Amino acid sequence: MREIQEFTLEELKHHLSEKAFSGQTVVLNMGPQHPSTHGVLRLILELDGEIIVNCIPDVGYLHTGIEKTMESKTYQKAEVLVDRMDYMYAMGNTLVYSLAVEKLIGLQPPPRAEAIRVILTELSRIQSHLLWLGTSALDLAAQSTFLYTMRERELILDIFELVSGARMMTTFIRPGGLWRDVPVQFEKMVRDFTKVMPKRMAEYESMLTRNPLFLDRTKGIGKIDTRTCLAYDVTGPTLRASGLAHDVRKSNPYSGYDLYDFDIPTQSEGDVYARYLVRMEEMRQSVRIIEQAMDKLPYGPVRDPNYKYVPPPRSEIGVSMEALIHHFKLWTEGFIPPKGAVYTAVESPRGEMGVFMESNGTPKPYRVHYRTPSGPLLHALPVIAKGHFVADMIGIIGSIDIVLGDCDR
Amino acid sequence: MTFAMFLEWFLKALILVLGLTVGFAYVTLFERRLLARMQVRIGPNRVGPAGLLQPVADAIKLIFKEELIPAKADKILFVLAPVLTVIPALIITGVIPLGPPIRLFGREIALQVANLNIGILYLLTVTAISIYGIALAGWSSNNKYSTMGALRATASMISYELALGLAYVGPVLLAGSMNINDIVTAQKPLWFVVMQPLGAIIYLIGANAEINRTPFDMPEAEHELTAGFLTEYSGMKFALFYMAEYIKMIAVSMIGASLFLGGYWGPGVSTYPWLGPIYLAIKVILLLFWFIWVRATWPRFRYDRMMAFGWKILFPLALLNVLVTALVIVLIGG
Repeated sequence: MREIQEFTLEELKHHLSEKAFSGQTVVLNMGPQHPSTHGVLRLILELDGEIIVNCIPDVGYLHTGIEKTMESKTYQKAEVLVDRMDYMYAMGNTLVYSLAVEKLIGLQPPPRAEAIRVILTELSRIQSHLLWLGTSALDLAAQSTFLYTMRERELILDIFELVSGARMMTTFIRPGGLWRDVPVQFEKMVRDFTKVMPKRMAEYESMLTRNPLFLDRTKGIGKIDTRTCLAYDVTGPTLRASGLAHDVRKSNPYSGYDLYDFDIPTQSEGDVYARYLVRMEEMRQSVRIIEQAMDKLPYGPVRDPNYKYVPPPRSEIGVSMEALIHHFKLWTEGFIPPKGAVYTAVESPRGEMGVFMESNGTPKPYRVHYRTPSGPLLHALPVIAKGHFVADMIGIIGSIDIVLGDCDR
Repeated sequence: MTFAMFLEWFLKALILVLGLTVGFAYVTLFERRLLARMQVRIGPNRVGPAGLLQPVADAIKLIFKEELIPAKADKILFVLAPVLTVIPALIITGVIPLGPPIRLFGREIALQVANLNIGILYLLTVTAISIYGIALAGWSSNNKYSTMGALRATASMISYELALGLAYVGPVLLAGSMNINDIVTAQKPLWFVVMQPLGAIIYLIGANAEINRTPFDMPEAEHELTAGFLTEYSGMKFALFYMAEYIKMIAVSMIGASLFLGGYWGPGVSTYPWLGPIYLAIKVILLLFWFIWVRATWPRFRYDRMMAFGWKILFPLALLNVLVTALVIVLIGG
């Protein structure tokens, strides 16, 4: 039997204070198996009593090598992998990938595809925020909220299942448009959801927003100011909760976000409660966007007709020789985008999610790099956590809403 | 001491312990079903009709589970800790009268295991003992999370136990006795919750902290300390901790019902003494419902805030309550 390697403080010498070596403080290993580190995050905490002196996030337990694997797959096949990164925003992962490929080639998805993309990614944002709300309330032991949010999340996952056949790993948004048009039941399901959501939001708020114990656990906890956010490249609700109204949907509109009327909620405190308020308001704004998009959902095709890059519809393959050849070429060799490098970004529920893609004139991408929001959030975590209680640490991890699949790629 | 008396004590104690153990099993089911109702779930309903055999299945599972003792744990204390927790929980209710005396087999039988004239003191001391079980469990596990849970338990215990003790004083002053029988009898015309609303609220909060349930479940906060002092326990030893928690839940409900809600009194008890235990059971179930409802609704306290709450709010309020009660009794009753 192999000796179990003892965890040594020497490895962490440069992270810990002197006191840890004289035994005045305790080094606590939190995770990667821990009920509330939201995945496989490992934190090494140096504690003075219950107060955190140092916090060292140790990532990599969910490393999948997706970015590297994508280099050995064609552009179409690589897309399937990106769903698995930020599994809470799979629609957005494929959207940003498709936007990058479209930018590389110069494809223009039709207006109907753009509107459906907006609806689906906003639904995705709501379901991610719902899971965040549920789990971060659960971390503070408000367990009922978790099950209420799961109830609404289920409605959204049902919509995803309807349009794509998969509940989470949808790969529905493809370069040049969508995999296919949405079924007829789509409109009713989305309308039902947007009708019921504001009522349910009021329900969650009645359980938390003015609950004195919840306020006690969230107000003034885990503060981070705008300067630190920017220094650590933190984006998304965490940045907006500290006062800066930065949102990729407004600053660099994509998929026709400039057609919709919505606000960017901000708060100035930068604490856990501010992040809570920002996300709650974001869900409302997302519902607003979905309603507008549903109202002006145009009819028409959902794919760019450039069949050199976009697979022709199934119905054409049987009757058109050209379509059959395109289909064969696309699914064997793949398409060859022009040489070049592009960067596109979307607003994920956690912040700016960008993709840098370089093409070297082969059917496979030379390099795909995702700029994901969870990494910077984890970098900033030690700064946020210092001086707080272990109990607050849980609230802070919940409030910055990291997804480890997003961080380790 | 005749053989009959001895037999009576023995049987009463046996019935109480068995009743509590069965009660524990069904409180877990009650809690799970009720929580499920509150959280738009269904809850366990597969084992037996309406899930009624679920506790039996759970018990069998826990008995047959492998029991692990961590390699570096203090083995004696590790085994002793659950026992130390569960025994006080089982014996607390010995002093609670379950009903007025009834005649059975030609004997006058008091529905109470022991009629102590210092019943309140007994309650205070016995409930306080079980903290040793938690502290030792945390210490002997040789696990940082467990130790932190134990530290939290001991630190918070001091802050709520004082207020809880003072909440007991109100009924004692009103009844003029520390005997729980006398306290219950004194509530025949009017329940003490009417005269002691503040005391009753303080008791409810203190009792909730006493049984380490949400929002006061810092010692075993599974989201922070994985499971606190329970982290290293498995199988039957784990079940014993759970048993202690739920039996204490029943016990504090019985104490609360006896001190503030008139114990076994209710319409018709004077004529039909056997109605007493039924009324008591209804009151206990209502209080259990309250504890479960609180668990479904509230987030957890942070332990330093809880200590501040105990010392800065609960304790002064409890003192004030005692002072006002005493003054009023001296001015009116004295």
